[in-house]
Amino acid sequence: MREKLDLRGEVCPFTFVKTKLKLETLNSGDILEVYLDYEPATRNVPRSLKAEGHEVLELKQIGDGEWLLKVRKA
Amino acid sequence: MIAGFTEEQIRRYARHIILPEVGGEGQKKLLKSKVLCVGAGGLGSPIIQYLAAAGVGTLGIIDDDVVDLSNLQRQTIHAGNLGRNKAVSAKEFVERLNPDVEVITYTEKLSPDNVRDLIKGYDMIADGTDNFPTRYLINDACVLENKPFSHGSIFRFEGQIMTIVPNEGPCYRCVFEHAPPEGMVPSCQEAGVFGVLPGLVGSIQATEIIKYLLGIGDILKGRMLYIDTLNMDFFEIKVKKNPDCPMCGKRVIDDIHPENYQESCRLW
Repeated sequence: MREKLDLRGEVCPFTFVKTKLKLETLNSGDILEVYLDYEPATRNVPRSLKAEGHEVLELKQIGDGEWLLKVRKA
Repeated sequence: MIAGFTEEQIRRYARHIILPEVGGEGQKKLLKSKVLCVGAGGLGSPIIQYLAAAGVGTLGIIDDDVVDLSNLQRQTIHAGNLGRNKAVSAKEFVERLNPDVEVITYTEKLSPDNVRDLIKGYDMIADGTDNFPTRYLINDACVLENKPFSHGSIFRFEGQIMTIVPNEGPCYRCVFEHAPPEGMVPSCQEAGVFGVLPGLVGSIQATEIIKYLLGIGDILKGRMLYIDTLNMDFFEIKVKKNPDCPMCGKRVIDDIHPENYQESCRLW
């Protein structure tokens, strides 16, 4: 399954908190696409996700100050 | 709304949700939990405060006493409520702190007549009492109803904490079979109490309760933690289930009989 989570407008630590909560509703192996526009979150969220054992698949800039983060649930 | 949490809840509980040991799943467990706090005094203040802050969904608070000026040296949740019933005053505090928590107040005394019915509806009990009869009443009723409870007590500069999980670990009577003879131990009123001490002991009790509800870490099951704040010494005594314990060992008692909760709390 593939899910999307739009966190544009959200700041840390709530970017990770919301990503974590969303992942809790998914099954192991599911992929979550997270949209971010808070630059520090592009470093904080992947680091926290890895610490919880999830696999960060991709982080790419998709526009001016906007990023897409793909993560696979552990 | 994500995973059943409102925007406000996500912000309120963010620091919990971030913890790998808690997460959204753990926070949901807390929101569904029910804890009965016996006493809203020195120990009850931090217990109620931190359980409410943590989002324990239902808090029962039983206390028949009223707030007195001499309480405010340590009972921090009752500011501005002199003369009010402590359970009602505590409810006001909780409502200001966290509207997620439903508070049920009982303005009567915990007694042999009401204890079993009262605790039945809760997942865990917090003992914040200041006297032996009520302490033994809580222990015995919790063993009979198979309810875990957190024991805490204070004296001058010293405190003790233990978490009792009936059937799994020792109960309070395994450690202290009955109360000391009347007059041997002065009450807090006579002996005095270091104001910050109940804050410390009650906070440890709240810690234990939250951990038990979450099912994380090691709790003080079979371990009595002693605190001496004057010398700042913490130590623990390992305690075992006593096979001769009149409550949880031999099971000589099958119900709460009022005559057992007089001064000595002996069961025969």
